[in-house]
Amino acid sequence: MRQHLDRTRNALVSLVGVLIGLRYYWERIAHAFVTLLAVTTITFALFRLMPGSPADAMRADFERRLAGSGQAADPEVIDQMIRVHTGFDPDKPIYIQYVEYLRDVIIYQDFGQSIQYGDPVFDILFAAMPWSIFISIYGLAFGYTANILLGAAMAYKEGSRFDSYSTVLATFLNSIPYYVGAFFFLAFFAYDLGWFPGSGRYSRDVTAGLNPEFMWSIVHHGTLPIMSSFIVGFGGGALAMRGNSVRILGEDYLRVARLRGISSSRIATRYVARNAILPLYTQMMIGIAAVFSSSVVLEYIFTYPGVGWYTYDAIMRRDYPLLMGSFLFFTIVTLIGILIAEFTYGIVDPRAGSGDQSEAY
Amino acid sequence: MKHTEETGTDGGEQLSDDQLFGQLAKADRVQLSRRERFGLLLDAYVLTPGRVAWSDWRTRIGILVISLFLLTGVAAKVSTSNWWFLEHVTIIESPATNQAPTNHQPFDGGFAAITEEGGWIDTTASFPWVEFNAPLGSTNYGEPIGRQLVHSTPDMVEMVIAGAVVSVGLAILIGITAGYKGGKVDSVLMSITDIMMTMPGIPLVIVIAAIYPPRQAWLVGVILAIDAWPGLARALRSQVLTLREESYVEASRTMGIPSTTILSRDITPQLMPYILINAAQAGRSVIFESVALYFLGVLPFTTANWGIMMDTAYSEGFALVNMANFYQIFWPMMAVVIVSFGLILFSQGMDRVFNPRIRARHSKKVGGGEDQEH
Repeated sequence: MRQHLDRTRNALVSLVGVLIGLRYYWERIAHAFVTLLAVTTITFALFRLMPGSPADAMRADFERRLAGSGQAADPEVIDQMIRVHTGFDPDKPIYIQYVEYLRDVIIYQDFGQSIQYGDPVFDILFAAMPWSIFISIYGLAFGYTANILLGAAMAYKEGSRFDSYSTVLATFLNSIPYYVGAFFFLAFFAYDLGWFPGSGRYSRDVTAGLNPEFMWSIVHHGTLPIMSSFIVGFGGGALAMRGNSVRILGEDYLRVARLRGISSSRIATRYVARNAILPLYTQMMIGIAAVFSSSVVLEYIFTYPGVGWYTYDAIMRRDYPLLMGSFLFFTIVTLIGILIAEFTYGIVDPRAGSGDQSEAY
Repeated sequence: MKHTEETGTDGGEQLSDDQLFGQLAKADRVQLSRRERFGLLLDAYVLTPGRVAWSDWRTRIGILVISLFLLTGVAAKVSTSNWWFLEHVTIIESPATNQAPTNHQPFDGGFAAITEEGGWIDTTASFPWVEFNAPLGSTNYGEPIGRQLVHSTPDMVEMVIAGAVVSVGLAILIGITAGYKGGKVDSVLMSITDIMMTMPGIPLVIVIAAIYPPRQAWLVGVILAIDAWPGLARALRSQVLTLREESYVEASRTMGIPSTTILSRDITPQLMPYILINAAQAGRSVIFESVALYFLGVLPFTTANWGIMMDTAYSEGFALVNMANFYQIFWPMMAVVIVSFGLILFSQGMDRVFNPRIRARHSKKVGGGEDQEH
């Protein structure tokens, strides 16, 4: 009987634990949704409400085009064209337009239609997205791995010559913008030495599909953009990791752990590394936005047709639906990235899931 | 490292009680004149931090680079100015096409050219004794790159200052209010901050710049600040969360002093060092992003910027494909790297100045030295 009660109580406790944990996840999801709503609203406002907005520019553009082709600029035809390209109906009151726009974007993933390509914006960007993610994720992953390893090594050798040289090196690397790195890579590795291709996503000679040549071609073309993206991910993180590790190495609980005779490898991984990485992990969530942002510049430099490249293309060709769509797309990809990071953060740091009042900052 | 050596000296000799209390009594009696008090304040807030700052090589290099950046800006501004007597002062001529041979290589002729007439540094000139002939090379149109770099600086300085002031100002306003007020205000302000933080910065700036092309340098800085403030606001908020529990803040609160006064008198001064450090970082990110956006050609070319030079070198000089022209894109890139390196070193060095532990160690050392003189 006693055992039975205990078991029930344990089950209840774990259930409550799971619910509290879930509450944290639900909150995060709700938060992401609110952000998406806000960004969509901003996009709508920029599109529709502001004087001299893309909608006005588009109208003028269409009027000019129609006049150029000898047709009379019929306002209804133009309204129709705007409706097709942006997804909102200029005849309806503004709040209904707003609601319909939100509905289109969030429920139907309808971002309008590209003026330049004539295809739905969503299809264009969805096809381009994996390439951007490929570059950004690897850049971020390599960058943060390098941060953690270098920072830990510096903290381990604190005060040594290696430490001071690495500090200077890390500071210097931090002051090199990623595009400067990209120019150097492109000029030396692609054009001068010819080791890597200077543009494109994969070679045209290979057939697309799951074959080794194609995959090698992707890696070959992706190396330089990933190396440049690595610079973004690297940032100043190594110094932060070094600082965290040094601070933790001086904590009392570490001395206690040593007195208890816990093995040094366990102390290094469980006590020092874990606590030192946690602040870096929150920093990484901001890093995700930075890495995806940087892809606009990098994909232009490497002529790598991802979402960033289409953004650039859209500005140059004044393709406003594509421009606004790619901005929304960037936000959504970033939001998903941050959401994944936050969910795993809950696993890495049990305190984050306990739902207490003071949040992690 | 340097600071570990300082640790060894901070022990010093202990003062005897007599000395200590004698001094205290003396200090009690003395009525300080306004001038002396000013001297003390100057020492406490300007000279001592200055000395601590200068003792660290990072701040030294950082301050040198930043002053060089500002001085270059002033020199270029003076050279182009039409104001009163400045009209006749030209330190560095404005760049124009065909001032130098087209595609002139940097440091043409090597060191031997210094003693020759018409070399990249011409020491045979009569006045002002040294003449520069496109030492950094020239573009395809014969514009000297060095002059272009110098004359882009005033606009960049304006942009960096505007960007740093606006981003730091917004961060102070939102971060400190949120941290101090707590509750609903906090959650609303932090939601806004989170939304801004998750929005990818460059695409947002591109969209805004596509709709409203900013034509003034300071406006570019302000637009770029949109991307820079949220991180700092969050960091400031977490600092305030610990400060608001301090007893002196609580005392002010119980005395019924309004929140705005508490925030501006009690809390913000404590955060000033932290804010200064982050202003340098904000300046760096403004330079990074502006150069990237000017390079992309997203911002209108109405202001001068190193990014525009890079764009010209890239699209007209084919600087990456044609290695002979690589210098055209190399110099503006170096300018960006050097200025941001200076800003980062400055902020790192200032971090050490304001870090109370290092500061205390140093001031103890200074105090010890004075005591020995008495």
